[in-house]
Parts: sequence; C-alpha cells; structure tokens
Amino acid sequence: MIAKRIIPCLDVKDGRVVKGVNFHHLEDVASPVDLARKYSAEGADELVFYDITASAEGRRLFTDILKETARQVFIPLTVGGGIRTTEDFDRVLKCGADKVSVNSGAIADPSLIGKAARLYGNQCVVLSADVKRVDGVFRVFAKGGRENTGMEAIEWIRRGVGEGAGEVVVNSMDTDGVKNGFDLELLEKVCGAVKVPVIASGGAGSIRDFIELFRKIPDVDAGLAASIFHYGEVAIRELKAEMKENRIEVRL
Amino acid sequence: MILLIDYGVGNLFSLKSSLCMIGEEVQVSREPEEIRLADRLILPGVGAFEDAAAKLRASGLDQVIRKEAASGKPLLGICLGMQLLFERSYEYGIHEGLGLLKGEIRPIAEKIPASFKIPQMGWNALSIMKESRILKDIREGEYVYFVHSYSATGCDESLVAVTDYGAELTACVEKDNIMGCQFHPEKSGDTGIRILKNFCEIK
Repeated sequence: MIAKRIIPCLDVKDGRVVKGVNFHHLEDVASPVDLARKYSAEGADELVFYDITASAEGRRLFTDILKETARQVFIPLTVGGGIRTTEDFDRVLKCGADKVSVNSGAIADPSLIGKAARLYGNQCVVLSADVKRVDGVFRVFAKGGRENTGMEAIEWIRRGVGEGAGEVVVNSMDTDGVKNGFDLELLEKVCGAVKVPVIASGGAGSIRDFIELFRKIPDVDAGLAASIFHYGEVAIRELKAEMKENRIEVRL
Repeated sequence: MILLIDYGVGNLFSLKSSLCMIGEEVQVSREPEEIRLADRLILPGVGAFEDAAAKLRASGLDQVIRKEAASGKPLLGICLGMQLLFERSYEYGIHEGLGLLKGEIRPIAEKIPASFKIPQMGWNALSIMKESRILKDIREGEYVYFVHSYSATGCDESLVAVTDYGAELTACVEKDNIMGCQFHPEKSGDTGIRILKNFCEIK
C-alpha cells in the first residue's frame, strides 16, 4: 500500500535555510543542499523548498540551490514561495522541481491554478493554504500569514482543487511553532472536503504527534515539519521506525 | 552512451542528473542519427498520452524508436514513456501507442476502490512477479515513487512487478530489450538509482 510521507520543509532566504517561529523571528540554520542531502539519506520521502526572499538576487541564489539539490538528491522536490505566474512555474521546474506550490499567488489570481495544471498536469500543482481561526471560523491568510483574506478555508481549498490543484498543503497558523501536535480538527475537515492528497503542516513537536496524526486521520497522506528536523529534535529515521511499529505504512 | 529521447514532453533535469550521478554519459536529443548511434534509449514522459503520441508521430520519432527497438537496442520507458510502449490507451478517447509491448493503458479508477485517491501519488512497494534484468537485486517490498492515473493492463509475459493500490497495478515490465517503469526511478531514491544502473548494464 502507499506509504505515509514524511516531508521536511526548508525555508530558504538568501541561500540559507531559516525557520520562523509563528512566522516571525527568523533564525539562520544551514546550507540547503547539505540539509537536503542529509534528509534524503535519513529517509525523507520528499522535500519542500520555500523561497522566502523577495529580491532578484535572492531568487537567483534560490534557483542555483534548487538546481544543485536536484543534481544530488533523487526524491521528489516541491518548490513554493513567490509563485505568481506560469513563468514562475517554468523557472523552477527547469531547475529540477517536480511540484510547485502556490499560495498568495493563487489567492490573487485563482486562474493561475488551472493555467498551470493544463500546462504541467494537476500532479504538478500544489495548493498551499495558511489557515487560522478567526472568531471560530477557519480563514485563509495571504502573504506569509500577514493578511486575512476573509475567505473561508475549506471553501477555498475545495475551489483550488476544483481549479486543478493535485495536492494540498494545510498549514495551521494556530498550531504552527507551538509543537503540541497537528491541527487535527482542521485537517479532518479538509480531508472530508477534497479527494487529492493532503499534507499536514504546523504543530509537530514530537514523534507522537505524527503517530497521532496518521492514526486519527487516516486520509492524511503526509506530515510536514521544519524546525524539529533542523534542530534534531525529531530524527527522521527514528520517526519512521516508530511509525512502522505503530503499523502505519511507511517507507524504511 | 545513453540517450534521453527529447520530444518536448516533461522535464528531463532529474533523469539526466541521476544518470550522470551513476557515471553514465548522457545525451538529450531527438535527432534520428544520434538515436541510432546511442547504446541505449530512454523514453521519458509526463502529461497526456494523446499529446505525447501525436508528438512522436509528427516528428517521425515513432518510426525511429520502432526501428531501434527491433534492432535489439535496450529501451526503457518511464511513466508516460512506458505507457507509450503499449498498443493503445483509453485516456480521453482511444489512442494508438508504439505497440512494442502487448497490452493497453486503462484508467486506474476502473480497478481500484472508489475511496482511493487519484492519481496514485507517492511511494508504494514493488511486488515482484518474476525475475528480470531491470529489477536485478531489487527486493520484494522496496518502495518507489508513483504519480499516475492510468496503468497498463493485459501485459501478459512482460509483467515483472506490480504495486498494491487497492488493486494490483502494473509497476514494471520487461520483454527482451524493451522495459518500462510506471514509477519514476529518478525520484525513487537509492532503489531508483539501482534500477537505472541495472538498465545501464544491460548488454
């Protein structure tokens, strides 16, 4: 059977990996290529690279790093950050990305999803959504979590899949950085609404959190995390061994 | 020298990188003469069958590939490239393939339970049906990376491995010098690299 995926996420700024806590307070961590190689060797099933630079220079550094990673690491690579046009898709796909995730770019222009899906296939287009509870309603936030779009999250995700997104990354801003478990309530709702793979993001603090995620919501396909992997709080090899012990299908 | 047939379908960056990594001399081309001179051929592909088959026909590459295949040159199809090796596909209509292998391409939705997501996207285990050169030293249960909504059926003697996605789906085929992987070996970590190496060592 298909295995549950473990996905380390690398936020890249000016050629280095950084990780924000609650989207603020960025810390420098490591070289993206080294980290990607290390994670792949330890059993990561896929890698996500987010470009969090805004400058042209930062963007050039990012594509250089992406290329170098794709030359050395032979697992699927997803790229996100600053993707606003199909030219942006083209730019990162040529550097070895397999999938491209859209977030603010799709909020600004939802037709981007469909255009990209027709050009590169649905499997290539990942809809990433930053979601936060506002007065008890799940709302979608844009611009790295700084701007409340007012859109209801489940409706937006359903629409994105309808437009052609082949996979969804659900990042809960409420649980992100808290390290007390994934946002199961939100994830369950998303899994009930769409029939494409769902990647859970935000909140993992321990191996137990991943086990709980896959046990309680069997429709979730993957768990994504950043800092707990970067700082060695959770070792991927150990995590996957424990998943297997808990009879969760996993690639060892 | 190994040649990746470039007919304008899909991204060859990772495939090329993985072959370079194992020390192969790689050429990316659509020139019939270069295809003729290559030691072995890879037919890649991502996207829609109809479009890819039309591109092969329009460029005359279909005839070139058939001729090289008949000469006994090792040929590996990957993902859509594998599907093109078969007789026909039922992806949005009925479309002729290269007909190098017996069988046809049908939606996986016909076989798998309705609760399963389509496409199958992710790592799934190989279940080996018989010995082959392409899967030499690959063990039962090794995981490879799939992204597909269609799969080959009625492969008969070419079938060498399947994967379980609510139903048995064709994962890998081999008949004489013609081989195919439904999964992406260039994205399947160490297992995928070993499969590509096997292909490069076929005489």
